[in-house]
Amino acid sequence: MAADMAIAAPTPARRAVRKPRPTPLEYGRKRWLQAVVAANFIFLYFPIVSLIAFSFNDSKRNVTWQGFTLKYYDQAFHNSGLQEAFLRSIGIAVTSTVVSTVLGAMLGLAIYRYRFPLKGPFEGLIYLPIVIPEICMAMAMRSYFGQFGIPLGFMTITISHIAFSFPFVAVVVRSRMAGFDESLEEASRDLGASPRQTFFNVTLPYMVPGIVAGALLAFTLSLDDYVITAFTSGPGSTTFPVKIYSMVRQSVTPEVNAASTVLIVLTLSVTVIAMWIQSRSGNKSMAS
Amino acid sequence: MRDWRKERIAFAIFGLPGTFWIFAFFTFPLVLIWIYSFSTSDELGNVVWEPFWSNLNLDAYARSLEWINLGIIWKSVWSGALATAICLVMGFPLAMAIAFAPARWKNPLLLLVVLPFWTNLLIRTYAWIAVLRTKGFVNIVLEWIYDQITAVLSAIGLGDSFPAFQPLELLYNQPAVIVGLVYVNLPFLVLPLYATLEKFDKSYLEASLDLGATQWRTFFSVLVPLALPGIVSGAVLTFILAIGTYLVPDVLGGTSSLMIGTLIQRQFMEARNPPFGAALSFLLMYATFALLWIRASFAARSKGVEF
Repeated sequence: MAADMAIAAPTPARRAVRKPRPTPLEYGRKRWLQAVVAANFIFLYFPIVSLIAFSFNDSKRNVTWQGFTLKYYDQAFHNSGLQEAFLRSIGIAVTSTVVSTVLGAMLGLAIYRYRFPLKGPFEGLIYLPIVIPEICMAMAMRSYFGQFGIPLGFMTITISHIAFSFPFVAVVVRSRMAGFDESLEEASRDLGASPRQTFFNVTLPYMVPGIVAGALLAFTLSLDDYVITAFTSGPGSTTFPVKIYSMVRQSVTPEVNAASTVLIVLTLSVTVIAMWIQSRSGNKSMAS
Repeated sequence: MRDWRKERIAFAIFGLPGTFWIFAFFTFPLVLIWIYSFSTSDELGNVVWEPFWSNLNLDAYARSLEWINLGIIWKSVWSGALATAICLVMGFPLAMAIAFAPARWKNPLLLLVVLPFWTNLLIRTYAWIAVLRTKGFVNIVLEWIYDQITAVLSAIGLGDSFPAFQPLELLYNQPAVIVGLVYVNLPFLVLPLYATLEKFDKSYLEASLDLGATQWRTFFSVLVPLALPGIVSGAVLTFILAIGTYLVPDVLGGTSSLMIGTLIQRQFMEARNPPFGAALSFLLMYATFALLWIRASFAARSKGVEF
């Protein structure tokens, strides 16, 4: 591409020859459509990019640019409430991810491999936590813990996070298994391996990319969740998003923007890794 | 696929833990609030369990038909419909541009569409506060334009004492909620639309143009009818997500922009009426399932059409 440009650049006439007027179907080269696309991307990116940019702004009011600073990151980092909430969020996300990955991977494999009565409705039930409105699930979980007198805190948040995360893992693992060649298992059994050896040496290694992608997805789902967490957490168990919410309710300061930027960078990088693993393993499903 | 009876132990080991979790910590809570929706609560907001059978009633459902609650439900529906319509108007050209773009541009453009949707929902929503508030970006730009115009007007002698710029009230009202709903849900509409347009056989458009139809006519008589499955799929998904949103009206809405999500939450908490909140939850879920079912049956029916 670069070499191509180097040749083309000094001769504008040749460039003009190479770029004739758009043919009727080259919508991508129509000026008005390019303008609409640009407007869409400005709409999609302006709020987030300005939020990130103003976390580096050397001014308390988020209005005009006063120069670059990292002091709000320093402030956010030394805010003991934020720090505590961040560590709690990581703890919940790790616990939820471990349990969700184990439950989801096993269930995904079971759904892929076995025929059983009421399989259709059961699969519908697995999709239910993914499709129902968040507030309905949040209120159901809150009422449930309240009804049985379980105090709201780390445990209730984690239980709820597992409940909405592991179906995603099951879906991802199952879509990974769709490309599995079962004759590999038969070959392993023919060569004298036990069912157990076959599982650990043939099936499980094939599942790994799906399991890892599912685990990363579960991690970001847990770390990012606000609605369900807010209603299953007690006074002493604030998570990072819940803390950000309560800070936003007071006022949108550069410090909140700094904390938000940290969360954006963290979840975005985990998601990108998950998507990369999934696409590399040849399974291009947009499970999220 | 194997029969579960041939490998009962392996089936149980793999299937039971997840099944247990979903029944104990998802289905059971839902069944509990389903029972709530037929019960009554005392003034502290606790559901009355004794006597169980004679306490069951439909009062909570009847209450959702009261005018004030119908008004909130109606507001959710039209806000969701308006947000979906705006998403469609904005998202269709975007999906079309990506689908008709050169191959090497497709993936980067798609990534640009989904990237915001991988960032935290709460942060994406509150980012709009800085844009829309009284001293937000929109008002700053409007004030600058106003100042330029008044400066020009006074320079050419059309008056010299203009009133100071009055910032617009853009935040904490229903328009702000709709902007938020469009923002949060746009990718859910663009992706299914793109998937449909990507598979679209472009020779239909060529045929239409060759036969003398204008671009507009081709768009409305060929492209839109053939892309209808994608349009319906995306629009229904966006609408479902929009009417059930809790966070957007909570962060960007004002006291009068109550939507069904907020109403549900208030019944369980401040209003101390869990039966009514539970009934509303189930009405919202039934509506969601009905729309998903319509979407699925529409997709199944249009599968026969090859294009």
